Amino acid sequence: MTAAVFFGCTFIAFGPAISLFLFTIARDPLRVIFLIAGAFFWLCSLLLSSLVWFITVQISNKDSSSQQKGLLIFGVVLSVLLQETFRFGYYKLLKKANEGLLMLSSEETMPISIQQLAYVSGLGFGFMSGAFSVVNILADSVGPGTIGIHGDSQHYFLSSAFMTMAIILLHMFWGVVFFDACEKQLWWSLAVVVSSHLLVSCLTFQNPQYVGSLVPTYIIMFLMGLWAFVCAGGSLRNLKFCLTCKDKDFLLAHHRPR
Amino acid sequence: SVTTRDLKKITLDVNSNSVAQKIYVEVNNTVPCVRLLNATHQIGCQSSISGDTGVIHVLESEADLEWPLTKGPNPPYMILLESHLFTRSIMMKIKKESSRIAGVTVVVPNTSPSEFSPHTTCPNENTGVYSDTYGPHLAHCNTTVWNPLGNGLSYEEFDFPVFSLKEDKQCYYDHNRVVNGSAPQYPLCAMQLFSHMFAVTDTATCMRRNDVINFSINPEMVCDPLGDFNVWGSIRPYNRSQLGHRDNESVVMAAARLDSRAFFWDVSTGAEGSISGFVTLLAAAHALRDVTQVAPPTHNILFAFFQGEAFDYIGSSRMVYDMQNGKFVIDLDNVHSLLEIGQVGLRNGSDLFLHSDPVSRMNDTVNDQVREHERYRCSLIHRHHRLVDNFQSSPLPPSSLQRFLRAQNIPGIVLADHRAAFNNKYYESYYDNADNLNLRYPPNMTAEEQLEFLTDTAMALTEVATVVARALYKQAGGDGTQVDNIKADSKTVTQMLFGFLVQANNSWFQALIPPELKDMLSDPPDFYVGVASSSPAKAKPLTRLVQFLLANLTGTATNLTQDQCQKPDDLPDESVQMYSYLWVQGTVPHNGTEKGPFCVRASVRLSQALSPAFDLGEYASRNYSTWTESRWKFIKARIFLVASRDLEMLTLGVGVAVLFSSLLVTYFISTKADVLFSSAREPASAAY
Repeated sequence: MTAAVFFGCTFIAFGPAISLFLFTIARDPLRVIFLIAGAFFWLCSLLLSSLVWFITVQISNKDSSSQQKGLLIFGVVLSVLLQETFRFGYYKLLKKANEGLLMLSSEETMPISIQQLAYVSGLGFGFMSGAFSVVNILADSVGPGTIGIHGDSQHYFLSSAFMTMAIILLHMFWGVVFFDACEKQLWWSLAVVVSSHLLVSCLTFQNPQYVGSLVPTYIIMFLMGLWAFVCAGGSLRNLKFCLTCKDKDFLLAHHRPR
Repeated sequence: SVTTRDLKKITLDVNSNSVAQKIYVEVNNTVPCVRLLNATHQIGCQSSISGDTGVIHVLESEADLEWPLTKGPNPPYMILLESHLFTRSIMMKIKKESSRIAGVTVVVPNTSPSEFSPHTTCPNENTGVYSDTYGPHLAHCNTTVWNPLGNGLSYEEFDFPVFSLKEDKQCYYDHNRVVNGSAPQYPLCAMQLFSHMFAVTDTATCMRRNDVINFSINPEMVCDPLGDFNVWGSIRPYNRSQLGHRDNESVVMAAARLDSRAFFWDVSTGAEGSISGFVTLLAAAHALRDVTQVAPPTHNILFAFFQGEAFDYIGSSRMVYDMQNGKFVIDLDNVHSLLEIGQVGLRNGSDLFLHSDPVSRMNDTVNDQVREHERYRCSLIHRHHRLVDNFQSSPLPPSSLQRFLRAQNIPGIVLADHRAAFNNKYYESYYDNADNLNLRYPPNMTAEEQLEFLTDTAMALTEVATVVARALYKQAGGDGTQVDNIKADSKTVTQMLFGFLVQANNSWFQALIPPELKDMLSDPPDFYVGVASSSPAKAKPLTRLVQFLLANLTGTATNLTQDQCQKPDDLPDESVQMYSYLWVQGTVPHNGTEKGPFCVRASVRLSQALSPAFDLGEYASRNYSTWTESRWKFIKARIFLVASRDLEMLTLGVGVAVLFSSLLVTYFISTKADVLFSSAREPASAAY
């Protein structure tokens, strides 16, 4: 559609992610490393699931559209499950890495806490997932044409960008909740994370009814956001303190360095 | 998470990108107008390097031009023209207001208009024989305008792309209709045309830029000279290693042109403009084969088929140049006379006109020669037509003879079906096709039946071919008693007409060509001369087809095997210096008639038809053709919908707003992080 749409959609899709990266991750090299490692783990899970799907497509009947649709659903479910498996694998890896880092370093406390790792790894998953979701669409949005000549909805680019933003943020929230649940052995929390991931993915089958897929996704995103906020240590009281600018008093009262 | 989109990306589809497929509809079979350059000008069309996009507007009449040119609110526009609206006045109006016009597409028509010729009114006026020093009163069509219907569109320069496409107005009717004078709503249907041409200004500039490629990082030629190969053959063979003047040799030449052109690139046919001429000459050559073996004439007869004549006589000027510089088997002093077959397909009634150059005939010897020529012709009057001399002061029509006269005073006659202006209403245009020659076949005939059917056009051309053959024989000093035995074969003529005008891939043409070229006939033969190539093996399909036709019609079939055919010098009687040996497919064996491939021996050769200006390096020459064709990267067209500018800006605004608000929120959260997340369940945590 032209450069205006390209930049608009890029900012919508990656705006929150970029700002999070800039302000919270970019200054700390350790966090950057773990972010990239997390992105790599997501990529591996995608590679594996795409390999399985590709093989099943090749051996299937290419002409039967119902079979292809069934294969697509199977592919989506498999991919979601593989992603969560890799997230669990990354968690295990990070636990081991943290112990190792503690042994090597001269300090007494761990350089990075497991909550921070949860956040960083979730964001890494989100970055890579968002990139794969939307980059090829952005590439086509630069051209002069817009979707619609075959009757598809005109709002394809915009809805893809908003969906991608939701997915990136959701990955971050899922990461936080997931690691927290693994730490505390709360298996039902894990199940809720996985099932909400499955739900969001399957909602996209409703496209091109974009309202039907975007609105529930955003609702789930807000709910997961709240949950992740609570898992990360936030509370309504803290929020009120911050908003009413009483945080300085709070900190002084608790002797916490800024 | 993985969405449906992600998995579709992973699909290794043959069509690359499914998102692009949702947006663009590629248009097949695009025929562009390309840029040609000569010593002084550039003509043709050009698009910008990233294509020209415009909202489609179907033009209903000339008055409707107001909408795209002034009134329409969504410029730039891409104008879709029906072929009857493709006129000079409309194109000139569009050219003037080209800031609002992205391009023009012309719908491929089913029927011809009443008349249309995009060529100039006076073809090749600057490179003919008439100039300020030679017959100035005849120069620049002062006395006779040869192509009065010419509107000169082919020689105009347009800075927007002009394409010829099949009709596809569905998108326009769905989205772009103007209802009651109000503008249509977005999204609108638009088309993008890519035909970016590399060369600019004129030939000298582009050839200079070609020469720079040795020093540049990205070597790319920008233009190529036009040219191809002339086909020539003779009754008695010439040793091709002996070039230049031959003592005591006086050759009667017969010439015709092969090529034609149109406004759009590579779609010309030239049925009346060139095919009628060279088919007649081929039939005449065929008619002369037997009699010249039985009773050989005194002089040799040389048949020449010139390529590139539409572009300032590329082929004939090259042959004259070669003759002048001793690079051809004979030279100009060896030429006894020249008979050229012009446009002979549209005879009104039964008249054939003889044109000659009045200025050269003021020389007595030449005049006598020409008179003798005509006397022979008058004595050969076929009962059903007459040969009419043109007026004493009428100039020669545009013909290859003019280039010979520029070099030397040679007696010559041009045979044509028109006294003054052309009878051809579609000279050098896309419509000069089988219908223009009234080539009609009865309905419900298969291709093979049509191949054999004797059309009226073929009968008419056969008569002309007979006259030509007899005249050539007499002119070459042949035995007078044998003249009545010379008859052109109407079956050959009708097969040639079918092959060149209806379907080239037929059994007769397939039999004439070698096995490795059998796919050459899959497309209709190109009659546009195209860019020059260096080796005869890469000559244009039309040229090669004429070469094999001439070999078949004037040569002899031999018993040589395929290996012997490729190396005939090993045999005592054969000589590759005198003849050319061609291994052809022969008829496909059926019903037991096992013909199979065989070796044809003929004195038929190809000689290069590249303008001498390029060999001499005179790219701004006024004497020779300097036509070049620009190069380009790709030519394509696609249709899609465009959204309104407001929607695009809204998207950008929303994006920027999201970015800024997320930056603010993140900054807020990160500065207050230790307060916000202070109820962490692990008390011993590092600072955030």
